[in-house]
Amino acid sequence: METAIDVSGLRMRYGADDVLNGVAFRVGEGEVVALLGPNGAGKTTTVEILEGFRMRSAGRVEVLGADPAQGDERWRARVGVVLQSWRDHGKWRVRELLAHLGAYYAKPWDTGALMAMVGLDAHADKKIKMLSGGQRRRLDVAIGIVGRPEALFLDEPTVGFDPRARQEFHDLVRRLDTTILLTTHDLAEAEKLADRIVILAGGRIIADGTAAELARRIAGEDEVRWTCGGERHAAFTTESTAFVRKLFGEYGEAIGELEVRRASLEDTYLALVREHETEAAR
Amino acid sequence: MNAVRLGWTRGLIELRQSFTNAADLVSHFLWPVMMLVVLWFLRDRDFGSSGFVLGTLALPSILGMNAAMGMVSMSQQLTADREDGTLLRAKATPHGMRAYLIGKIVSVSGGLLADLAILLIPGMLLIGGLAAGDAGSWLTLLWVLLLGMVATLPIGAILGSVFTSARSQGLIQLPVLGMIGISGIFYPITSLPDWLQWIAQVFPVYWLGLGMRSALLPDGAAAIEIGDSWRHWETVGVLGAWAVAGLIVAPIVLRRMARRESGSSVAARREKALQRVG
Repeated sequence: METAIDVSGLRMRYGADDVLNGVAFRVGEGEVVALLGPNGAGKTTTVEILEGFRMRSAGRVEVLGADPAQGDERWRARVGVVLQSWRDHGKWRVRELLAHLGAYYAKPWDTGALMAMVGLDAHADKKIKMLSGGQRRRLDVAIGIVGRPEALFLDEPTVGFDPRARQEFHDLVRRLDTTILLTTHDLAEAEKLADRIVILAGGRIIADGTAAELARRIAGEDEVRWTCGGERHAAFTTESTAFVRKLFGEYGEAIGELEVRRASLEDTYLALVREHETEAAR
Repeated sequence: MNAVRLGWTRGLIELRQSFTNAADLVSHFLWPVMMLVVLWFLRDRDFGSSGFVLGTLALPSILGMNAAMGMVSMSQQLTADREDGTLLRAKATPHGMRAYLIGKIVSVSGGLLADLAILLIPGMLLIGGLAAGDAGSWLTLLWVLLLGMVATLPIGAILGSVFTSARSQGLIQLPVLGMIGISGIFYPITSLPDWLQWIAQVFPVYWLGLGMRSALLPDGAAAIEIGDSWRHWETVGVLGAWAVAGLIVAPIVLRRMARRESGSSVAARREKALQRVG
């Protein structure tokens, strides 16, 4: 797989604080990667550096083969950006703005097709400031992809969404056929949308892999519950299968109401972040 | 070039928008209508024994003052566009910044020309004693207006880049009102003390007013001016100096401001604005 985004040794320092401290990760062409982390972990700073909106203190960053800090207009045309809070162009109408912004690119989306794709065709002639939060965000995505970018950045795309708007937005992102780096602090969202999850905490990458890999790598403890002779028991173990086999070996028929709850990715994630935070505090 | 065409389109769209919604229409008409009311009250009042009524002197002066106010709308719009992320959107678009600026110049100057017409056309019906019959008058009006816009719009862009919030924009209003007060708009400058006259002559408002008077008043009215003359060369000199300074400084300041724009700076300003409301 060709590399679309390549980051290594990325450092960002404000005064005496290192917001980012040696961040390194890769995003392959066509891959959807979630940059996951608690608030204040440095996700937005990282994305802004990749978008070419912010200078870094040190490290190597490459997006589509160029350093974003030196990205020219041709590079800019290949990158799509969807930011956290955009309220711009409130007086413009949806169709008007999409058609206008499309004209800056060589092969833009057809305005009608784009509006249909993000589900705004019913609001084509609405003023943008009259759109709901979810509609506005879908418009932002439409603007982000109007020039058919090879790489798309989505910064906290579903903050403040109700569950239905969130679902619709996820469906939309899954239909996009481009390299995507999205930031989120919502693990479920990362799991749903991303091929791979990169966890950022305290200015470092603390884990990088598919959801399954992450769950496997940091073995959380499964919870096993059972009854034996009318008494309730519970145990936590990383080897739940072996534990249960042993249990049956010892007590056989006496075992009842057996329940094994595997460590969820959420437990894994929280354990990781907690572990990292205690380490950083030391 | 593409950015020029896109900027032009952008400017025309924004101009049309500013004449098709109630809030903007009010701001287009409010100021000219207020000025027309002022002119109505000045229409019969003599200025000393000069033989001119104040209304006749004030109409071209107000026109010049309004022309200079393009500076304020430029500045306000830049700040507003920075606050809501329009500028950042331009930064995220290829050739977007250049097109944005061209668009802004088109929409602000277009709006300005419309505002001047809204004042001038009824004003000429209301006020007598003007000498606007020949082509020379309109030619003078045209070059004074163009030079004045080139002198004042870049200053507006600089102010808009320096002041980051709508609230700090309010701070600009006070010195602007002061400048108008001493620039001989509503009452001839020669009635002011010497030192105030000198201060006024540093700024473009006075020269725009003088230039407009030279275009629309009979030659005899020059007797009321400093040095009994329309001082066209001095007008070109002062407005030209502002234009050159603005055109040199504006791109530097604008570039610096654009470089600093990012999603988090827009979000931070938004947060601050919300705190102020709450």
